[in-house]
Amino acid sequence: MIDIAAIELARIQFAFTVSFHIIFPATTIGLATFIAVLEGLWLKTRREVYYTLCRFWSRAFALCFAIGVVSGIVMSYQFGTNWSVFSNFAGSITGPLLTYEVLTAFFLEAGFLGIMLFGWNKVGPRAHFAATVAVATGTLISMFWILASNSWMQTPAGYRIVDGRVMPVDWMAIVFNPSFPYRFMHMALAVFAVSMLLVSATSAWHLLRNRDNGAMRTSLVMALGCLLVVTPLQALVGDAHGLNTLKYQPAKLAAIEGLWDVHPEGTPLNLFGLPDMEAETTRYSLGIPHLGSLILTHSWTGAVPNMKRFPKQDRPDSRIVFWSFRIMVGLGMLMIVLAVTGAWLHRRGRLQRAIGFLRFAVAMGPAGYVSLLAGWITSEVGRQPWVVYGLLRTSQAASPVTRQQVGLSLLIFVTLYTLVFGTGLFYLFKILRTGPEPAPALPLWNDAAARPSGRHPLQGASLEHSSRQGDNHA
Amino acid sequence: MLDLALIWALIIALGVLIYVILDGFDLGIGIVFAFFPHDEDRQVMMNTVAPVWDGNETWMVLGGAGLFAAFPVVYSAVLSALYLPLVLMLVGLVLRGVAFEIRGKSQRTRPVWDLAFMTGSAMATFFQGVGLGAFIQGIAVVNREFAGNGFDCFTAFSLFTGAGLMATYAMLGCGWLIIKTDGQLQRRMFRLMPALTIALLAAMAVISVWTPLSQPAIASRWFGPALSMLWPVPLAVLACARGILQAVKTGNETRPYLLTLALIALGYLGFLISIWPNLIPPGVSLWAAAAPESSLKFTLIGVVAILPVILFYTGYSYWVFRGKVRPHDEGYH
Repeated sequence: MIDIAAIELARIQFAFTVSFHIIFPATTIGLATFIAVLEGLWLKTRREVYYTLCRFWSRAFALCFAIGVVSGIVMSYQFGTNWSVFSNFAGSITGPLLTYEVLTAFFLEAGFLGIMLFGWNKVGPRAHFAATVAVATGTLISMFWILASNSWMQTPAGYRIVDGRVMPVDWMAIVFNPSFPYRFMHMALAVFAVSMLLVSATSAWHLLRNRDNGAMRTSLVMALGCLLVVTPLQALVGDAHGLNTLKYQPAKLAAIEGLWDVHPEGTPLNLFGLPDMEAETTRYSLGIPHLGSLILTHSWTGAVPNMKRFPKQDRPDSRIVFWSFRIMVGLGMLMIVLAVTGAWLHRRGRLQRAIGFLRFAVAMGPAGYVSLLAGWITSEVGRQPWVVYGLLRTSQAASPVTRQQVGLSLLIFVTLYTLVFGTGLFYLFKILRTGPEPAPALPLWNDAAARPSGRHPLQGASLEHSSRQGDNHA
Repeated sequence: MLDLALIWALIIALGVLIYVILDGFDLGIGIVFAFFPHDEDRQVMMNTVAPVWDGNETWMVLGGAGLFAAFPVVYSAVLSALYLPLVLMLVGLVLRGVAFEIRGKSQRTRPVWDLAFMTGSAMATFFQGVGLGAFIQGIAVVNREFAGNGFDCFTAFSLFTGAGLMATYAMLGCGWLIIKTDGQLQRRMFRLMPALTIALLAAMAVISVWTPLSQPAIASRWFGPALSMLWPVPLAVLACARGILQAVKTGNETRPYLLTLALIALGYLGFLISIWPNLIPPGVSLWAAAAPESSLKFTLIGVVAILPVILFYTGYSYWVFRGKVRPHDEGYH
């Protein structure tokens, strides 16, 4: 029947394809809102810098969105192709949640994306803005449903088991399961941090090269302003999420902390260490006394769950989650430093000349992605050995497909995604490096009165357009 | 008492039909790409679907998700039975989806993206067809799990249905491009149409003979007492094909596409008649495969409330981008 190797390959394939996929939605969810804000500001103030930024980030958005869509289709079929036992067991709950995501989010995004990207001269300003807002709303709704589904797998609620399969009983309890509000907030803040770090890194990169037409300064300030709100809030939400995990998934928490023994006198917080699953200890651990109790129980000697409390076969792999968690938190701290320093420099009017800070902002560009993936690794590896926590083990959830089939498909996906990712990244960098067009063609409906330069917009648009086309076909 | 399982089977059948109608033409454009080597023509062809292809592919995700929700056993057993064709179909969809975005941005590597678009579209279509053929031939299910071999799905019949679906989608693509282009490019589309019509007719004929010959259950359905009701189906197919050839002669722009849709609807009707009432031929009926009532109800509320809205704004988007697409049209990069 199913041998170990086939299931390991299926797990690797799922981890690989979902990690690749999430990078793109994480970028586009935040960017869509950013673009909608830019368009709104432009319509309100008619300052062209907002329009310039709006068109610039729409180009990056379009590319990331396309890769997100195609890699997402793979995900929506993979539950059936590779995890048929899981699908059969839990499909009556995760299936409807996914269907709601398609109905309320995917169609909304895809239905208005065409107008948002290609419809500037096909519809009026209000309709265009409404389309952009619809796309942005769609991305957020999508996050709502997929996190409801994932959270249900982490902390199942509102169900009964009938004939060895899950039977939904209370849909409110299913959607708003115990970990959902925390995970949703945590992810929502994360995607805004991810996209705003991308925006601030790009802006800083251009400022360092003295390439600024006002747009890059504006986007840097906007991105840092958003980060100043998002990143400290994320620390608070993350802490609350941790307490929620302590309550509902104590084994995950013990593995994250690398705690093996009970500390009746107060639990230390391990800053560093190498957890050893066989020897049931964390080697070279460097702990701060009492801090674990203080953070997790808000008391001096509060008890924190330890790994040995759980049978060996029920323990998640501490070696992975111990470090993935610390990478996430460490980068999160750096993000707060970035946002606060940026705000301080901005108040003193030194932001765009602070070379060191701008370099720091560029270096932090990928930090959001690394942190996001590290966080998800913590959450998903920490759920093991369960696919549906406490109900179905991952080892029993796979499809009856052979090692050869999964091996082949894994090989194909790795090759394909490397190519797609490579070129996608190449063109994304190209877009970001080129920067915004100095004066992108305004939509035809933009009234002449709004342009103090006195240039007739229709004429301007068509002139710029024909010159651009010359470039394209050169 | 409402028969929720039947309603859901109809919803999924409708979703699949809409998928074929919408994504069929944009996959088909990738297939007929091969006949139009000029860069400018190719960009026009791609631009005709650039604003809508995302939405078209979403119907495929709805099909998958709907099955997952309403008939989890079909989703799990059929998808694991069709493992390799589905993986290859997904590979094709990834290739062509990325090609959409990158072709216009590339310069030196443009031939590579043209190739990715053509191969991707052809692969996605062909393996969808293989899946369809394997599905018609039946899937071994024991105890709610696929119980066959991973290569059962590759048979002479399923490879043939793969080729047949390529002809189908190519024809849809060609018909769509007749509507959306003009001048020289449109004339060449008109010239391509009759050949594709004959290819599709031949494929339908072969599948209509092959299926009952290899599947006795389907043979008894078609040639049993129901024959008196079913004989108009093949006649209607011939009438549609004749109408397409005539429309091409008179230069009617919309009729070839609409009649192709009618052809497909007839073929689809034949398919549904053949497998009814099974959701996994030969042995799992739609009632046996249905999810718990609570899942069917909860999801049905969403479908009834939201699907009309989706159809409305999808229609709006097509309306916004109505009319001919010409070279150097702005706004597609």
